[in-house]
Amino acid sequence: MLRFLGRRVLATVPALLGVYTLVFFVLHVLPSDPALLISEGSASESQLESLRHEYGLDRPLWRQYADELGALLRGRLGRSIRYGEPVSRLIRSFLPATLELALVGLGIAVVLGIALGTLAALRPHGWIDNLSTIAALSGVSIPSFWLGLMLIFVFSLSLGWLPVTTGTSWQQLIMPAVTLGLYSTGVISRLARSSLVQTLQLEYVVTARAKGLPPHAVVLRHALRNSLIPVVTIIGVELGNLLSGTVVVETVFARPGLGRLIVDSITYRDYPALQAALLVAACGYVLANALVDVSYCYLDPRIRDAQASYG
Amino acid sequence: MEHFLRALVRRRPIAAAAVAVLAVIVLAAVLAPVLALPAPDRFDMSARLAPPSLAHPFGTDNFGRDVLSRVVYSARVSLLIGLGVMVVSTAAGTLAGLAAGYYRRIDGPAMRVLDGLMSFPAILLAIALVAALGVGARNEIIAIALVYFPRTARIVRASTLTLKQRAFVEAAVALGEGDRRILTVHILRNALTPLIVQSTFVFAEAILADAALSFLGLGVRPPTPTWGNMLDDAHIYIETAPWFVVFPGVAIVLTVLSLNLVGDAVRDLADPYAVAGRRARAARDRRLSRAVPKPAQE
Repeated sequence: MLRFLGRRVLATVPALLGVYTLVFFVLHVLPSDPALLISEGSASESQLESLRHEYGLDRPLWRQYADELGALLRGRLGRSIRYGEPVSRLIRSFLPATLELALVGLGIAVVLGIALGTLAALRPHGWIDNLSTIAALSGVSIPSFWLGLMLIFVFSLSLGWLPVTTGTSWQQLIMPAVTLGLYSTGVISRLARSSLVQTLQLEYVVTARAKGLPPHAVVLRHALRNSLIPVVTIIGVELGNLLSGTVVVETVFARPGLGRLIVDSITYRDYPALQAALLVAACGYVLANALVDVSYCYLDPRIRDAQASYG
Repeated sequence: MEHFLRALVRRRPIAAAAVAVLAVIVLAAVLAPVLALPAPDRFDMSARLAPPSLAHPFGTDNFGRDVLSRVVYSARVSLLIGLGVMVVSTAAGTLAGLAAGYYRRIDGPAMRVLDGLMSFPAILLAIALVAALGVGARNEIIAIALVYFPRTARIVRASTLTLKQRAFVEAAVALGEGDRRILTVHILRNALTPLIVQSTFVFAEAILADAALSFLGLGVRPPTPTWGNMLDDAHIYIETAPWFVVFPGVAIVLTVLSLNLVGDAVRDLADPYAVAGRRARAARDRRLSRAVPKPAQE
């Protein structure tokens, strides 16, 4: 088991290196001059030269790549142009709000998605099944920022049930988390439904029914647990999507988080902060998927045994 | 086409309705200049943030411009961006997928690059690309297409790998036909259905991505209206002029929902397993009706 964990952690290293390489090349190689973008095209040639020198953009590309990677490994993410302080400090102050939002959004999506999927699987083509289909289709068709605005209009401005201001109370987290979680709720509910429908037809479930177990025990104790493996896979993917989805949701609800930092960094041409924030968000995506792989071992003894025999 | 539409109406009435909605949106966008609509950029400060009325069915915006007119003209830009992304990503994805699936030597490296692009969250990659390329419709199309073409490439590669093993392709190779002909005539033509389905989904995703980028100020800049930048302008007026926020959003939802429904229906109608299932059920019904004659009418 420990050997598997070690192997999985090692496997994330090339993925993280790939993410760093992609972000580096997107921001350094594409047909744009970062110095020109930082100065918003208003600087003279000598000012551009000094900007390039200041940010090390006049060095060969491979040197910039290696130097920045070295600094990154030592935990140095550069200095923000806008705030004038180390980017690592900015990330530390912005990240908790994003994690909180993404995790609460994921919690809502998992609870609602599995509940809706289970009820839909128990009565295929019934009204709950139709409702979960509508939720899934709406989730992929409604832009999250528009949904957020509609929730503000209905629940804050019209009904007055929830505060529209940003803050740290749980009431202020509900609307952003629901906005963020709706897409994932649809995805999880459809997957939970199809997985449970298949599991309910397996022989051991028929045996459990034949033994005279009550229906809720058959579903909750025998079928649901075994149907959750594909759901766990998608939860990992969704956590990554939720982390990146905060970019839009944090803008709608004016929440100070990593997503907001990314958008503001583009607006203020703060490239060191943009690069670091993109890296952190993308690494979150990679790590979420690694976490899912590890969780398989706990959920499915067959995978655990297979890993042990390979190890 | 006629056969497909008839099957759509009979088996998927909701998807048929989605086709009708899409047709209305596309027609309105194409015919916008000849429709009796006020100019989308005509300011009227005396009618600022006016609620829906006969003169302005969707109300007016913060500059007194007609929201209905701006929603219709926005459709021209948003649909063009979606179409542009669909064409670029389908073309690039098809080329990459055919090459990776057919030529073993290209497959490994190409798939690693595509997997790398797919392992990056879509909206973040689009934001990073737009930040690097600069804002504007052309750069937005390139950025969003770069995000979505790996998915198309994966689908075309999978079809190519399967079709490459089929007897008719092996026969074409044995007959000495060139790679280009085999790839275009024998493989691509047989891989068109999943490609068309994927294209409709890319179109829908591109409209959502364009709206999100425009909302974040990274898409097409005002005064050119797009659904996303209309919502960016509108969101601060949500308390005083909710219609300004509602209608552009409804236009996005209707378009994306319709595209998703049509994509789902095309996939289901063209799915060989679903088609085989339908044929088996029809044959069983025919057998049953022959075996159990209907009672004679009194």
